[in-house]
Amino acid sequence: MTTHAAVETAVETPAETTVTKTYRVIGTRPIRHDGMEKVTGKALFGADMRLPGMLYGAVLRSPHPHARIVSIDTSRALAHPEVRAVITGADFPDITRDEIADLGEGAIGLRYAAQLIMARDKVVFKGQPVAAVAATSRRHALEALALIDVVYEPLPVVEDAVEAMSPDAPLIHDDLYTEVPGGERSDKPSNVALHVQHERGDVARGFAEADVIVEREFRTQMVHQGYIEPQAALAVWEPDGRATVWCSTQGAFTVRKQLADQLQIPIGRITVIPTEIGGGFGGKIQVYLEPLALLLSRKSGRPVKMWMSRSEVFQATGPGAPAYIRLKMGAKRTGEITAAEHYLVYDAGGFPGSPVKSACVVGLSPYRIPNFKIDGFDVVTNKPRVQSYRAPGGTAAAFSVETVVDELAERIGMDPVEFRLKNAARSSDRMTNDLSLERIGFVEVLEAALNHPHYRAPLPEGQGRVGRGVAAGFWANGRGTSSVQLTFNPDGTVNLVEGSTDIGGSRVALAMIVAEELGLKPEDVKPMVVGTDSIGHTDTTGGSRVTYSTGTACWLAARDAIAQLKGRAALLLGVDADDVEFRDGVFYANSGEGRSIGIRDVIARLGETGGAIVARGVSHGLKLAPGFGAHIVDVRVDEETGKVDVLRYTAIQDAGKAIHPTYVEGQMQGGVAQGIGWALTEEYVFKDGVLQNPTLLDYRIPTAMDLPMIDTHIVEVPAADGPYGVRGVGEVPIVPPPAAVANAIYRAVGVRMQRLPMSPERVWRALQQAAAEEA
Amino acid sequence: MTSQKRIVDTRINGVSVSFIAEPRETLLEVLREKLGLTGTKEGCGNGNCGACSILLDGQVVNACLVLAVEAEGRDILTVEGLAQPDVHPLQQAFLEHGALQCGICTPGFLMASKALLDENPRPTEEEVRRWLSGNLCRCTGYDKIVRAVLAAAEGVSAQ
Repeated sequence: MTTHAAVETAVETPAETTVTKTYRVIGTRPIRHDGMEKVTGKALFGADMRLPGMLYGAVLRSPHPHARIVSIDTSRALAHPEVRAVITGADFPDITRDEIADLGEGAIGLRYAAQLIMARDKVVFKGQPVAAVAATSRRHALEALALIDVVYEPLPVVEDAVEAMSPDAPLIHDDLYTEVPGGERSDKPSNVALHVQHERGDVARGFAEADVIVEREFRTQMVHQGYIEPQAALAVWEPDGRATVWCSTQGAFTVRKQLADQLQIPIGRITVIPTEIGGGFGGKIQVYLEPLALLLSRKSGRPVKMWMSRSEVFQATGPGAPAYIRLKMGAKRTGEITAAEHYLVYDAGGFPGSPVKSACVVGLSPYRIPNFKIDGFDVVTNKPRVQSYRAPGGTAAAFSVETVVDELAERIGMDPVEFRLKNAARSSDRMTNDLSLERIGFVEVLEAALNHPHYRAPLPEGQGRVGRGVAAGFWANGRGTSSVQLTFNPDGTVNLVEGSTDIGGSRVALAMIVAEELGLKPEDVKPMVVGTDSIGHTDTTGGSRVTYSTGTACWLAARDAIAQLKGRAALLLGVDADDVEFRDGVFYANSGEGRSIGIRDVIARLGETGGAIVARGVSHGLKLAPGFGAHIVDVRVDEETGKVDVLRYTAIQDAGKAIHPTYVEGQMQGGVAQGIGWALTEEYVFKDGVLQNPTLLDYRIPTAMDLPMIDTHIVEVPAADGPYGVRGVGEVPIVPPPAAVANAIYRAVGVRMQRLPMSPERVWRALQQAAAEEA
Repeated sequence: MTSQKRIVDTRINGVSVSFIAEPRETLLEVLREKLGLTGTKEGCGNGNCGACSILLDGQVVNACLVLAVEAEGRDILTVEGLAQPDVHPLQQAFLEHGALQCGICTPGFLMASKALLDENPRPTEEEVRRWLSGNLCRCTGYDKIVRAVLAAAEGVSAQ
């Protein structure tokens, strides 16, 4: 069952008010405002949009993982009676600026982004766009693709990142050089785009002080976010140069920026309106279809709608990066970790930009390690260009750290949770990149794990070998900037206008913050997510930043509203504004012998007190509000087949303050489910750079039958900033599962798994090898 | 590349509907692109994800695997017809249990769950999980979906 424990701490909010610990609205579970549309099928997602006269677009993609484009002939496609436009790389402006575009979560060089959207003179992964068609129906557009004649000159394929690092490996980009620590650039072109390094203390001395040293090598595979809604966009180009795009995106403002950069249109002429979004998990920040639909609209003079097939989603969007990791860690017999060496190679796919930088922080920052050295490498291969995937870079890094920590604890004979507690990072400790963790609740999370009934319960009985594993996880959480606006209706209700795509219930949480502050019911605050013309800049929904950062903007907007409404209440009460006090939705005249007026009445009477008011809030410059979690899992291993079943799962996490506990639990459960898929079944299977399993049948995400109920336990240690101490919760829960499951497999059958996924075949082989070594 | 179009007569959500379809068109394409019934979603187009689950003569099917011409004379229920006019207990249970996050898989889950409860009004957790294993959700981990279906079953049989 779900449990919910608050830590008693007074919280400073951004406006220096100490908030009371009892709330009317925060912590309750109202029905989400957008729920009815979603259960009745009325909610409009990307592919549901339509306009009169609309054409349908389709993309011709490279069949080769690496090839030079010799020629493209579109004349036969253009002759098709139902085709209205065809575009190729030649229709795009040349990108001469060599700058890095920050997407809000993830980044990419502008020139590489241009090729990711539409190949120019070569292709570097199978599925890269080489042309696109607009026709009167989707069927006709798909037919016309076969009429485009492309001549390729295939080049040698580099599939593995470690092999790609070899000086003898074929170069994927002859203009790519290694950025080495200190910011210098390598002399010769390389497939290594970046070498990042963090060091502290004296690693050699640290290992000399250790009583036990464990060194292991890990490999994780390319995985996909697996959002159920494929990418979709509808674009209209007006003859006067204005452009409007409706699309399924995590960030309308980053889509607008990417379109302006790539098509070289003045940014103010572009409007991006986010539709409902059917999942993203980091995969819907980079644009793919939007620029193609817009150029096809420009050429055809008609609105153009496009959406991807599932195999396009697998082959041509941005999966999560595979990794090769080595980790060496030492500890004293008394339990202190003395040193660590972490070597991480992250595969970016066709263009630079894997999440290796965050991997170098997420891995070791949860522990106080006096001596460490971290080397991370961003490497290109002939595979799809990766994008962010929930806690980008974190899960693979934690897989290495949390299994080695487990092994160290075992070797010195300490309980694995006690071992983590002994070494756990505390508030204000520095991460590996030297930034402060600010206020954190890792110790409280580990104590909750230690005391959780699951941790002490007897193992489940039944057939097969059963084991229990634990692992921790961390994510620094996003901040960024968000804008919010409040307007007021004659019936006393409030409109909350904001720009954060709602991917998992953020609208209701944001409305609850405004309702809490204004003394209204959640249903009296109407949240709406609007486009780039209708609200101030708002960063991407990513990095678990919305409830924290947009929530802060909501809190500030509510304070602004109260300040303005106070003046109106003063008029109605016949006193000076300074004599009015606002409490729980009521304005009181201090000197007025108990006279008061409710906020809904003040709102209803704005017309007679000076006209409309608009309140606004903008968040920026917030402190970090990192999140920590600890997971406990029981698994059963079938020794004959190697199949692993998850029998029981408990996720414990510091949410700072759970605004709407149902959706906090939902984030935790969803992250765990993705993490279990990553642990046990999910992987891209390549042969010579060609993906062998681009369907949801062969790329196996967990079904309802593969999972138990996922129990959640919310810990609340307030963050150092933001309203109520709230922290982002979405990323953390995907970080621990593969390590937790691996540790449970070890406890069940005595083999330590260092490759993901821990499929029946891999577990079976590991069992065979262990038996052979024993014999 | 034209093919012979046919007129197809059906009942959709309790109303007689006739449409013109090419033999190669799927029922999903017709529902979404010709009839504007976009509540039925396309997640994969090959029967793997269940986002396009609808009821065809009371049986749950993937609309992407049914040819539109096969709908001749059949009775179709889509998510748009589930609330008639009151919210169905499953819809209410999904809302109260927070059984959706992004909501793209929700119509498919609702239709598959309706077919389950029509056939088995008091399923066990195991039966719910087995029945819904043809519907993929990537946001919830299924926990709250399974709870919502079990709660709706309690409510349905209590009536």
